[in-house]
Amino acid sequence: MNTGNNTDFLLAVESLTVSFDGFKAVDDVSFYVEKDELRVIIGPNGAGKTTVLDLICGKTKATSGSVRFKNQPILGAPEHEIVRQGVGRKFQTPSIYGNLTVFENLEISYPYGRTVWGSLIFNQTSEVKNRIYEVAEKIFLLDHLNTPADSLSHGQKQWLEIGMLLVQNNQLIILDEPVAGMSAKERDATAVLLNNLSKECAVIIIEHDMDFVAQIAKKVTVLHLGKVLVEGSMEDVQNNEKVKEVYLGH
Amino acid sequence: MDNKSVSNNVFQQLFTNKSFLITLGILAVVLMVICPLSMSTFRLNLLGKYLCYAFVAMGLVMCWGYGGILSMGQGLFFGIGGYCMAMFLKLEASDPESTSIQTTPGIPDFMDWNQVTELPWFWYPFKSFSLTLLLILILPVLASMIFSFFYFKGRVNGVVFAILTQSAVACVWYFIVGNQGYFGGINGITDLKTLSGWDIRTESAQITLFYVCSVILMLCLILCRCVLNTRLGRVLIAQRDQEERVRFSGYNITNFRLFIFALAATISGIGGALFTLQVGFMSPNLIGVIPSIDMVIFTAVGGRLSLFGAVYGAVAVNAAKTSFSEAYPDAWMFLYGLVFILIVLYLPKGLAGIYEDRILPWYQKRKNQETLEPLSEPQSEEGVKE
Repeated sequence: MNTGNNTDFLLAVESLTVSFDGFKAVDDVSFYVEKDELRVIIGPNGAGKTTVLDLICGKTKATSGSVRFKNQPILGAPEHEIVRQGVGRKFQTPSIYGNLTVFENLEISYPYGRTVWGSLIFNQTSEVKNRIYEVAEKIFLLDHLNTPADSLSHGQKQWLEIGMLLVQNNQLIILDEPVAGMSAKERDATAVLLNNLSKECAVIIIEHDMDFVAQIAKKVTVLHLGKVLVEGSMEDVQNNEKVKEVYLGH
Repeated sequence: MDNKSVSNNVFQQLFTNKSFLITLGILAVVLMVICPLSMSTFRLNLLGKYLCYAFVAMGLVMCWGYGGILSMGQGLFFGIGGYCMAMFLKLEASDPESTSIQTTPGIPDFMDWNQVTELPWFWYPFKSFSLTLLLILILPVLASMIFSFFYFKGRVNGVVFAILTQSAVACVWYFIVGNQGYFGGINGITDLKTLSGWDIRTESAQITLFYVCSVILMLCLILCRCVLNTRLGRVLIAQRDQEERVRFSGYNITNFRLFIFALAATISGIGGALFTLQVGFMSPNLIGVIPSIDMVIFTAVGGRLSLFGAVYGAVAVNAAKTSFSEAYPDAWMFLYGLVFILIVLYLPKGLAGIYEDRILPWYQKRKNQETLEPLSEPQSEEGVKE
């Protein structure tokens, strides 16, 4: 694996490749994300979108290539260390702690005292509480702090997981289909939420819902069969012949 | 953050947790007042023996109920504590005078029978009582960490881990049985007499040991409650339910699992040491595969998310075992199995589930009715006045 060159980009993915038993799920993918950018990755089923995210945040081990975050190589590091550098990840299906309250869900994400000893002596200072209230307001769950997360609606669960990333103070947030299963109203609220989010940190989103993509996207990367097909503004991508072919053709 | 305010926080939580204090108080009254007054010394000693299993069940609540790590080999750690204590007591019982008829006086009798002529090096620490106590606390931690480190690091959990713990305890059983000269083999370590000169076989000693056991049990309950009240307790639940999410929140789950598994092991070890003191011997059949499965059953019956449930579960199952086997020597295994099946089918939360789902809501409903009635009257009076 090469170490890549120094860049001004927050995240530099260079010739990233992974093959599962000879099948190249991600093939020589390179892209760069700037600070405070909102990037949407789209592509048909099986294009390798989720795999790219898994590679960036350490869930899957890459075959070759490099991923650099703030010019530090992060490829191959354990998940929790990548997270501690400031990369947050939201999963496709809402992953929240159903047996804990909304407050406790957010508290666990607080980026301090994440060792065994640190969490034993962790104290809910006013600083911690204020941060949690602040985030809870952003994700529209301030009135539900003491609700067990299991009894939230599907959309609220998705927001809660986004909130858990916000509490972490990440510099890069990676979201896998954040509006899947949301009602139209919830989707609009999420669009506002994500747009606000991208003012504080860089955001990478995988999304299928084209209307939603049009609502939020500034720059879009299209993946197809594990390769980058096109990259550009939403309009460019929508008018691109290759993209039309991939989505409509065959 | 200074340490003082932190520890205050945990204790504050403990002492503002009313239901925990009430339950602890009830347990204390039952164990320290009602039982000693109403039971013969024989029964009390038997209850003390059951309480030793309650330690193991409590450990399982922590690592299985909250941590999601099912261990079917807790007998291993129970045995480490038990054998440490037994080795100390055996050395004290094997002074040169009382063993003068042996070929080599001054070593435990079973060593002499097996042509061992010198005390093995690993028996020397058990000449000191304080060192023995230290080893009772430390050896389970070391054993549990050495055993589980690579499994947890390799993300082995669930059924696979349960089977591995089961095989570990089987290995230890064979090891002890195979090393008769060093550990007393299948007979175990027997004929334990005194603890620093104090005869542990007398009735008064058994009553004292019962009290010691009860007090240590309640201290362990408080310790576990404190741990569960910290953020670590919530991280445990979180990693049990959503392992990946916790990992992607910046936690190294391996260390948390090691910690809770070691805590459960230590508590089991304490139970084992108290068991040896109260029962007067330790043998591999008390810590083997079947007792280890029994320990999981105690926890399941008591309720694997309830520390107190574990205590009552261990006592109830053992009492049932004793009375079944006294009344129906041939059929008691079937009765025991039937009770377990019924509990798994109809009470997934165990005995604690009856309390939490039936008694508590009923009590709260009544309490609410009581508080609502006097409230509604002044309101109507005010309405009249206006």
